[in-house]
Amino acid sequence: MKFLCVECDRQMMFDERQLPGDGTFAAAFKCPACGRVVAMLANPMETQLVASLGVKIGGDTIGEQPFEMIRATVATAKDDALREPIREAPSRTGVRWSAEALERLSRVPAFVRGMVKRIYAEYAEERGIAEITPAVMDRARTELGLEGM
Amino acid sequence: MICIVRPSFRTYHELSEPDSSGVVDQIGAQRRRVADRLSYVRRVVAVMSGKGGVGKSFVTAHLARAVARVGRPVGLLDADLDGPTAARLLDARERRLTLDGDAVLPVAAAEGVKLVSMDQLLADGRALAFTGPDRDSHVWRGTLEAAALREFLADVAWGALDVLLVDLPPGLQRFQQLAELLPAPASVITVTIPTPESRDAVRRALGAAIGHGARPLGIVENMVGGAFHGDAADALAEEFGVPVLARVPFHPPDAVWTDLAARV
Ligand SMILES: Nc1ncnc2c1ncn2[C@@H]1O[C@H](COP(=O)(O)OP(=O)(O)OP(=O)(O)O)[C@@H](O)[C@H]1O
Ligand SMILES: [Mg+2]
Ligand SMILES: [Zn+2]
Repeated sequence: MKFLCVECDRQMMFDERQLPGDGTFAAAFKCPACGRVVAMLANPMETQLVASLGVKIGGDTIGEQPFEMIRATVATAKDDALREPIREAPSRTGVRWSAEALERLSRVPAFVRGMVKRIYAEYAEERGIAEITPAVMDRARTELGLEGM
Repeated sequence: MICIVRPSFRTYHELSEPDSSGVVDQIGAQRRRVADRLSYVRRVVAVMSGKGGVGKSFVTAHLARAVARVGRPVGLLDADLDGPTAARLLDARERRLTLDGDAVLPVAAAEGVKLVSMDQLLADGRALAFTGPDRDSHVWRGTLEAAALREFLADVAWGALDVLLVDLPPGLQRFQQLAELLPAPASVITVTIPTPESRDAVRRALGAAIGHGARPLGIVENMVGGAFHGDAADALAEEFGVPVLARVPFHPPDAVWTDLAARV
């Protein structure tokens, strides 16, 4: 799939990908000449079909996780079905979670919730943040590039 | 009526920059990833049948154990995503898969057989169900099952194996999905019971599998000497020009599996 800026006669380049969290998908393409941006919007079915091929519009820009599709689509998986390797130094668990943050965490597929929770906890610990709130989660997502979590 | 109109702007093939969505490149990369993961696997052998309940999983699991017992490294991929039984047959239902960087490590099952099964991932007593916009659609389910199979092949660090056995569900769909992913044609062992009904079902399935590039290794006749009568294995062996690899009675002695393992 390619996008052409008809006015400039230039191929638009992939700019960014967004997962709004409602199952849909957006990809922005930008004209390198005039800077105009168009967004390609996909409904949930289209989004999942592309994802099920294991491909990403815009190319593979984020690090791939093993069993990414299985984790994202199996509804009847057990919690933490995939064991993390045993760590040298287990992290402390002193970080608090606000009710809103916990509510948001509960919307993460059960499969990966443990892993996602640990990622946020480590992020907070490293920065001396005492309580994880949705705002902290947003910052962590941006800084760590946790697209779609 | 279809009008072919030359647009006033350049068309796809006239744009010289690469396709920045990169879908085709990524599919190629996936195939390479599967090939890389399997590069230390000497041989992939799929166990199939045209018929349900004839003992595919039973034969696959016992064959895997027997191969492992003589010290050959062996893996078992349970490709029956809907009705996984390999973990139970290999006493590994309690074992969990482990993440290791960009890979998932198989569980160590009975006799050291390396196993990956949907059973390891599903919550107790739950059937495989997918999230998604149209969860009851067959097309949709088939797509996601193919994706899961791809990840079982692309993301599992099997390591060096003498043989990777694949336990297939009944029907041909999963074999087709597997054949599409593998870098080389799949060898298949075909399980039948002695009856003419089984013979006919297996004939159709094996013929179709060969049409998809399968290399038949031979026939295993299961549940021999009981209530089932017929000569399915001999008939199929003759028709397809392959050997009968084993005749397996009910509750067979280990020697049956040891002999079969020596032929795989
Ligand atoms: N030779 C045998 N001796 C005793 N029990 C057997 C034998 N072969 C199969 N069984 C039993 O028969 C049942 C069906 O076998 P199995 O599950 O292996 O069949 P299958 O072909 O894999 O079925 P499906 O099509 O559902 O995948 C199981 O309970 C299995 O333990
Ligand atoms: Mg079976
Ligand atoms: Zn432009």
